[in-house]
Amino acid sequence: MSDITAMPAREPWLQRINWVDIGPFIALGILVIVGVLINPDFLSPTNIANVVTRSAFIAIIAVGATFVISSGGLDLSVGAMTAFVTGIMIMFMNAMVPSLGGNAIIAGMALALCVGALCGLFNGLIVTVGKIEPFIVTLGTMGIFRALITFMSDGGNIPLDRSLREPFRPVYYGSFAGIPIPILVSIAVASVGAFILYKTKFGRRCAAVGANEEVARFSGISVGRIRTLAFVIQGICVAIAAICYVPRLGAATPTTGQLWELQVITAVVIGGTALRGGKGRIWGTVAGAVILEMIANLMVLSNFISEYLVAAVQGIIIIIAMLVQRFSKQP
Amino acid sequence: MRSNLLASAALTTILLAVPAVAQETKTIAVSVPAATHGWTGGVVYHAQKAAEEIQAAFPNIKVVVKTSPSAAAQVSALEDLSAAGNLDALVILPFSSDELTGPVQSVADAGTFITVVDRGLTDPAIQDLYVAGDNIAVGSTTAKFLVDSLGGKGDVVVLRGIPTVIDDERIQGFQEGLAGSDINILDIQYANWNSDEAFSLMQDYLAKYPHIDAVWANDDDMLLGVLEAIQQSGRTEIKYALGGNGMKEIIEKVMAGDPMTPIETPYPPSMIKTAIYMTAAQFNGQAPVRGTVKLDAPLITKDNAAEYYFPDSPF
Repeated sequence: MSDITAMPAREPWLQRINWVDIGPFIALGILVIVGVLINPDFLSPTNIANVVTRSAFIAIIAVGATFVISSGGLDLSVGAMTAFVTGIMIMFMNAMVPSLGGNAIIAGMALALCVGALCGLFNGLIVTVGKIEPFIVTLGTMGIFRALITFMSDGGNIPLDRSLREPFRPVYYGSFAGIPIPILVSIAVASVGAFILYKTKFGRRCAAVGANEEVARFSGISVGRIRTLAFVIQGICVAIAAICYVPRLGAATPTTGQLWELQVITAVVIGGTALRGGKGRIWGTVAGAVILEMIANLMVLSNFISEYLVAAVQGIIIIIAMLVQRFSKQP
Repeated sequence: MRSNLLASAALTTILLAVPAVAQETKTIAVSVPAATHGWTGGVVYHAQKAAEEIQAAFPNIKVVVKTSPSAAAQVSALEDLSAAGNLDALVILPFSSDELTGPVQSVADAGTFITVVDRGLTDPAIQDLYVAGDNIAVGSTTAKFLVDSLGGKGDVVVLRGIPTVIDDERIQGFQEGLAGSDINILDIQYANWNSDEAFSLMQDYLAKYPHIDAVWANDDDMLLGVLEAIQQSGRTEIKYALGGNGMKEIIEKVMAGDPMTPIETPYPPSMIKTAIYMTAAQFNGQAPVRGTVKLDAPLITKDNAAEYYFPDSPF
């Protein structure tokens, strides 16, 4: 309130609130209230910690997707890419155990980041140099990454070496100052993402390219370079998510990350980023990821929804959340 | 006249020679889905093992294994296999019953011996031999174990797979197995045979129910996620977490006498191997094998776990 009185208010403060920006957080608040009404256990610290920790993978990947989507691209390959990066990372760590011991984890993390960035670069270059629709390119690479992980695992699973399970476990299950590590990682990723997108030249160019490619090109922006970099950022985010994912179950399988691409895109859109590009909202994206996981959690905690109808109810809630945002734009 | 005689003599020799050669080598074609998840990975592994072993043991039998990533691809694979002619037997694990029935019928019309594995065709008259597991028994064997070991009462939660006949049958068997006991199913939800979804669902079950006696995930992939969620929660009242299918990681637990997962129920991918061996039997010795073979889902305990343990298999 002190901020508002300090400013020279020309219009009522209610109208100066950017509803699109805070829309996802209002939706999140409403969801929490509904959750408590459905089942008081919903707000138990363990449950909230579980749900938010689980949403970390989607949140981290979705931060990258916010860059790609706001620059006018789209990446359908993120789920399969996660599985692929996970598989490479585990195989490399297992191979390095005899020579590096516990340090194999650090080496594996570094390799994962490189592989993720290269996968993103691959997507980006085909889109920009080959001038092909990102939807088609990433649909293709989605198939490629998914087939590679299936091939690498012979259709079974790639387990992490037993000697690495315990030292690596804290990256998912551990906590610092009472906050689970994956939550801290996603906050860090989102903070860096927000800084890059809002405060740097690259970030503003991203939005400019997504808003209007022609105008951006005439104002001297290298559209191809900006778009390619956005895909690289996406790849790095996928690798960070993979690093947090491996210690959870200690294995990669052909079903790892299945349909994550849809969850990621949904989180970005719930967060207030327009699918057609031009404006990215990092924190909204993170809220979107938490909302998605929370809805799934509430479906299980509630007693009145048939197991057969869970997906339908989830779909309805997502559509309502979007409608609330649409209409709260013009108060 | 003389040349005619010679020609017919030559023709007769050829005609006689052809069946003689064919009797020497018998070709068995094996058509299975490509490895896209653990169970089909196991099927491919066992099919290839059976092919190697049979060819090594019986030089007169040739086994060709072909994997297909989709139903359409499997139909084309059947056309390719039968186009080469002289196919003596086909062992097939059909992708889907409806789409493969017609193509398998045309292979059968050419006089090929047909062995169908796991998923039946729409018209059972086509097959000469049918080998399958018992999904209902997977559920009921597990249920009976729980009834016995929990003393006939307790609260269990269940994770089910992808909505399919396989899943329905396992759940049906489980519910029938519990009937008459005081074991109460607290909750039952889909986790799509996916370990990550099972992990999330188990966390939610643990948040929702303060007391759970046992968990049944109707597939071992899901069980892996369940076990991690239980370990993380630190809850100690859960006595059993059981799966199904016979994944080697879980069989290892059973062999090691794990207190939480002391048993396993098989729906073994090795059924393809059983089927190939049975098909080959009639070509080597004269052992007629027409009929239906239903492999049971017996309780795997520490004592008989070795029988179901394939350390080199991906599953």
